[in-house]
Amino acid sequence: MEGIENIYTYLKGKFGEGIGILDKESRDPWFEVKRENLREVATFLRDDPELGFTYLVAITGVDYSKFVDVDYKGKLCATYILYRLRDSHQLIFKVFVEKEDPVIPSVWDIWRAAEWHEREAFDLVGIKFEGHPDLRRILLPPEWEGHPLLKDYKEPEEYRTPDGYLVVKTHRPDPLRENNESDQK
Amino acid sequence: MSLTRSEEWYLNMGPHHPSTHGVLRFVVKSDGEVIDEVKPDIGFLHRGIEKIAERLEYNQIIPYYDRVDYLAAFNASWSYVMAVEKLLGIEVPPRAEYIRVILGELNRIISHLISVGSFALDMGAVTPFTWAIREREVVNDIFEMVTGSRLTYNFPRIGGVYQDVPEGFREKVLQFCEYFPPKLKEFNDLITYQKIFIHRLANVAVITPEQAIAFGLTGPNLRGSGIKYDLRKNRPYSVYSEFEFDIPVGTGEAGTLGDAYDRYMVRIREMEESCKIIKQAIEKMPDGPVRAKVPRKLKPPVGDVYAATEAPRGELGVHLISDGSSRPYRMKIRTGSFAAMSIVNEVSHGLMIADLVALIGSLDVIAPEIDR
Repeated sequence: MEGIENIYTYLKGKFGEGIGILDKESRDPWFEVKRENLREVATFLRDDPELGFTYLVAITGVDYSKFVDVDYKGKLCATYILYRLRDSHQLIFKVFVEKEDPVIPSVWDIWRAAEWHEREAFDLVGIKFEGHPDLRRILLPPEWEGHPLLKDYKEPEEYRTPDGYLVVKTHRPDPLRENNESDQK
Repeated sequence: MSLTRSEEWYLNMGPHHPSTHGVLRFVVKSDGEVIDEVKPDIGFLHRGIEKIAERLEYNQIIPYYDRVDYLAAFNASWSYVMAVEKLLGIEVPPRAEYIRVILGELNRIISHLISVGSFALDMGAVTPFTWAIREREVVNDIFEMVTGSRLTYNFPRIGGVYQDVPEGFREKVLQFCEYFPPKLKEFNDLITYQKIFIHRLANVAVITPEQAIAFGLTGPNLRGSGIKYDLRKNRPYSVYSEFEFDIPVGTGEAGTLGDAYDRYMVRIREMEESCKIIKQAIEKMPDGPVRAKVPRKLKPPVGDVYAATEAPRGELGVHLISDGSSRPYRMKIRTGSFAAMSIVNEVSHGLMIADLVALIGSLDVIAPEIDR
């Protein structure tokens, strides 16, 4: 089965409300999958002979809180990029969650590649993947505070190792940060 | 009669270890020499390129990509400019595409040279590495002639390349294509077909095709497990559909399909194929401009785009999310080394500690690409 619209209609017929909006305007079109149905849809995408998306390329964690005016503005999102190897078909779908409740079921046992990509999305954006076997920071040190790719993230003034040794102190004013106290000093 | 007592213990390998290809750390849980579990600890080279990119204009980001994979800087920045071109719908002039293909394949050759050379070094053979470096210097000279630098080129631009190739480029590249295959044969005679080397790698660290797909392995690691998947053929980008070349895959010629030797051989054969592509591209290279007319201030449409090239370490993909402003709203880099590292724990169960070095070397991971 080819074309995102055909796949969307096929999935919509199967899962109904579990499949959300379809964005055709985007350069690479994508559709939304509801969090409650993610694991069913993911298993179906992988195992259905018509679909057969066995290869997970990446999971991108996104914070949509400063995006343009769209329905999903202000939410957190995990974007899943898939391939079907036999004809190199690409598929993108997104799962949106509220910032107050950033929990998405893990798909690490459906696509094993998801294990590390989910850890990265947790590390950088703070999405918690429920059912993940080992959800801890992957790129940043374990004692790091906050999730840097959130749009309201404030960079720390200094960084110390767990035993108190000062590693970095930043004094550079940030031109893009508004009302920065340290800039006015 | 002696009683042997077996006990599990932890061994710390890295971050400063000669065989970890940069700064990687492994926490190895083993029973004597036999590995039970390996926990890779990554992030030592994390520079936050994805965060930095959110504050830069689209064309300011290109040099950062040279640092994503410094052994294949051209391929890495090519992925990025391709993603932006796809987002904006920019048509790249054919001459620029040909220059990109030639430089991309040259970069693949020198990256693979480092890979096979240092792999042999990890396995205890010192000479092949110096031979590989010697061949690499020739290509470095070509890169210096075209771009002005020998490692991080900063050469692709959105809509083409920075400038046309200088006079004498064609001759120099053709000369290299004549020079390199005999040298590769010499290299193969020295190490590739050597009995000790083959015995060291055959049947070691086998990755089955199913595992390779499940863990999202890409590039030579995926093809080493016998899966014929190459973005240059399967999702042709640039002008790759105009060239004739083969996709080498692992066949289990020395032992089992998907062992360390298969992955090594795929790289050796890919260098020959790259030579073929370069020759054809030099012959077919058209005249014309090398840069499309691109406005100074880029205003991309709102939405997602994902573009990827076949870099030496596999698919290097760039996922851009644009909010219509001149800076990317979110940029995610998908690299082959990251996927390759995630499989280490799965494969290493039951390996000897010395074979862990063979596994890491055969996966050809590079630390800045894992950590970004």
